[in-house]
Amino acid sequence: MRHVGAAVPRKEARAKLTGEARYVDDVRLPGMLHGVTVRSKTARGRLRGVSYGEGIPWDEIVVVTARDIPGPNCIHLILDDQPALAADVISHPEEPVVLLAHADRALLARAREAVTLDVEPLPPVLSIEEALAGGTVVWGEDNVFKDYRIDKGDVDAALASADLVVEGSYTTGAQEQLYIEPNGVIADAGGDSVTVWGSMQCPYYVQKALMPLFQVGPERARVVQLETGGGFGGKEEYPSMIAAHAALLSRKAGRPVKMIYDREEDMAATTKRHPSRTTHRTGLTRDGRIVALDIDFVLDGGAYITLSQVVLSRGLIHAAGPYECANVRARGRAVATSHPPHGAFRGFGAPQSLFALERHLDVCAARLGMTPEELRRRNFVKQGGTLATGQVVRDDIDMGKLLDEALERSGYAGKRRRFAQENPGSKIKRGVGFACFLHGTGFTGSGEKHLASVVAVEGTAEGQVRVLAASTEIGQGTNTVFAQIAADALGLPYDAVDVAQPDTAQVPNSGPTVASRTVTIVGKLVETAALGLKQIVEAAGLGGGDLRAAIQRHVAEIGPLRSVAHYQQPSHIQWDETTFKGDAYGAYSWAVYVATVAVDVTTCEARVEDFVALQEVGKVMHPVLAAGQIEGGVAQGIGWALYERVAWREGRMANNRMTDYIMPTSADLPPIRVFFAEAPYVHGPHGAKGIGELPMDGPAPAIANALADALGVEVSDVPATPEALMELVHGA
Amino acid sequence: MAPETVRFVVNDAERTVEVEPMARLLDVLREELGLTGTKEGCGEGECGACAVLIDGTLVCSCLVPVGQVAGAAVRTVEGLARDGHLAPIQQAFLEHGGAQCGICTPGMLLAAEQLLDRFPDPTEEDVRVALAGNLCRCTGYSRIFTSVLAAARARRSP
Repeated sequence: MRHVGAAVPRKEARAKLTGEARYVDDVRLPGMLHGVTVRSKTARGRLRGVSYGEGIPWDEIVVVTARDIPGPNCIHLILDDQPALAADVISHPEEPVVLLAHADRALLARAREAVTLDVEPLPPVLSIEEALAGGTVVWGEDNVFKDYRIDKGDVDAALASADLVVEGSYTTGAQEQLYIEPNGVIADAGGDSVTVWGSMQCPYYVQKALMPLFQVGPERARVVQLETGGGFGGKEEYPSMIAAHAALLSRKAGRPVKMIYDREEDMAATTKRHPSRTTHRTGLTRDGRIVALDIDFVLDGGAYITLSQVVLSRGLIHAAGPYECANVRARGRAVATSHPPHGAFRGFGAPQSLFALERHLDVCAARLGMTPEELRRRNFVKQGGTLATGQVVRDDIDMGKLLDEALERSGYAGKRRRFAQENPGSKIKRGVGFACFLHGTGFTGSGEKHLASVVAVEGTAEGQVRVLAASTEIGQGTNTVFAQIAADALGLPYDAVDVAQPDTAQVPNSGPTVASRTVTIVGKLVETAALGLKQIVEAAGLGGGDLRAAIQRHVAEIGPLRSVAHYQQPSHIQWDETTFKGDAYGAYSWAVYVATVAVDVTTCEARVEDFVALQEVGKVMHPVLAAGQIEGGVAQGIGWALYERVAWREGRMANNRMTDYIMPTSADLPPIRVFFAEAPYVHGPHGAKGIGELPMDGPAPAIANALADALGVEVSDVPATPEALMELVHGA
Repeated sequence: MAPETVRFVVNDAERTVEVEPMARLLDVLREELGLTGTKEGCGEGECGACAVLIDGTLVCSCLVPVGQVAGAAVRTVEGLARDGHLAPIQQAFLEHGGAQCGICTPGMLLAAEQLLDRFPDPTEEDVRVALAGNLCRCTGYSRIFTSVLAAARARRSP
């Protein structure tokens, strides 16, 4: 039986449905303490001292400050600029300063309140505009973490000779990942090694951060992923921080320490989606050809660089969208502010830049007196055409056909006509809008080559096959798809394949679980390693018959049976990191999303009434999981577009509770109608391309275009909350 | 506050705990009784991850002092399957992709149980409203609706 393409049961579903699945907070170790964090509260300043108040038995409490760190005081990532604990400089209002541990959580809560930080305040930088103005410098010489450029053709000449130049400026807000399980770990660093169990996407990132901090090699820094209650990027880099903290407490206490953030701390202190500002200057001919795209894309990176440069690079590469334009100049900057560091979140910069582009093209179409669909049709890149980086499109894609199908499925033309008739006499204004976009699969540019991922597949004494990879199951279906791939490669039943728990002491480094790379990049390695296992069995003279029996014989008579696959970058991928020219991604997934909205002009509350999501993702590996990814991503995108506003107060998130930060409930969402087109990618397993992040890119621009259609105003910023729409419709 | 004896029924079994009566039911279930299937998502009754049934009514166990359930019957996710057989609602979530990361799933299952106990033949709109107090960040809820409607059919004609 072939399993790929079939809706086999999710591997770990039964444990999740019976309550048996073990998440980090479900685990208790003997003698375990609880840990908490004392944070700065001040956006920027100099730490002059710490005082420990009356009425707390401080001799019973384990206290850790920067002085207790064995190695360099930083959380290792790309650039080592973020301290594990602030020693003298405070750079954002959630900066960790003191850690406390005790067995009694009630006492610990009182102790946290009794710690007072003496901070001499310094002026903070609280917006992209303030950062760029440079009046106050909080990072480097000019607050600019990174400044990247894409240059293609001659933009100035093309703008000078264009029939029409359309300018626009667009912003997007921060967004909280809001996984329902907060960040949490248990650390045991009592001896001369460190072990961390926790909720995370990337165990090897955590290991890499622990090694310098504790001055140990990989054999003494073990990281184990437990069942993880959602990630969405929010458990990509942040777990290194909480793991470091719990481990520092454990080292000092000589006992295991559990650290679980409550919701308020998780929302305020951990990473969020980068706020953005994008300006467009677009040269067009009268007949709707885009002759120049001049784009300035800026991200608020927060206080430390963390992943901002990588988010910036993906955002910038996606800024010109799925269009062929001979002249493109795109400048991207990530700037430092006094916000807690912004970080990875599904889409990774692309939702921000694509929002601006797809909203702006509707504005351009209106200025030309052309329909938005016609403007797109005249500019779509085709197979063999070139994207902004000069990448020649190899994918077998016809965006015009995707657009036609998506509009047809949504009943777009009929809705446009009907709403134009009905809206003038109604207090409920309806509109329909769409967005066309693409999302690159895997790490940008040479990223996959640098990662050099490894996967192993082994046979067990019982005749089972085990997949060993560091890629984590975070709800998206890693375990299931890996088992489908291995089972089909070996011709075995699905249940004959197990997927090992990601544990750095047990599994090779298959890279982080990010960037829509797990199925395409790591899944391909699973397939290769599985095929290798079969070859080993055959070479040992055990082939031909029942493979499970052969595996058992091999293990019993010959010894361990293990096949390893290493990533080899396909030879067609050529990327120049300094000029941003070449093949930014091995392949792209392509999509057209259509949103129908209704706005009550009295309250300015907007609802999405219908949503069509059509995408070309290569092979659909599992129809239920794939649709589930799209539906969940669209829901998150609807939240970002309409509901989820982070209210900042002096650099802190003021609405850091689920009561005040509004994510969509089951009563808020429309039917999300998902459709797939399949054009196999030769380097993906069975032709699969990336799918996880794609659905985050399209909803916001489709909804903003629909709102503009409904209300006749320019919706240039998300989230388009009722307050924001009220201002647009009725004035401030 | 001094510990007191609280007796109640959990998943059909009599249980007695010695705890402060103001202790959260959530903590008593998880820490005293080892029933860690009930999850904490927000601690303020917004997300529904900690939802359990108390005498058949869906309640956020993070908001309930254990003293209030003295003499009551509590059902948690661990009490849904019988003799190793999944309940229809669990089976439907398994078949229709109702669970992704799984952290909202226990509360979601119990919210669905309450709905189906009261309204055996719900419409999709009924399901949307009944589950609106249980937040899910993975699924966009679509597969959950499908699962609940499938479970309703299975319960009516097992």
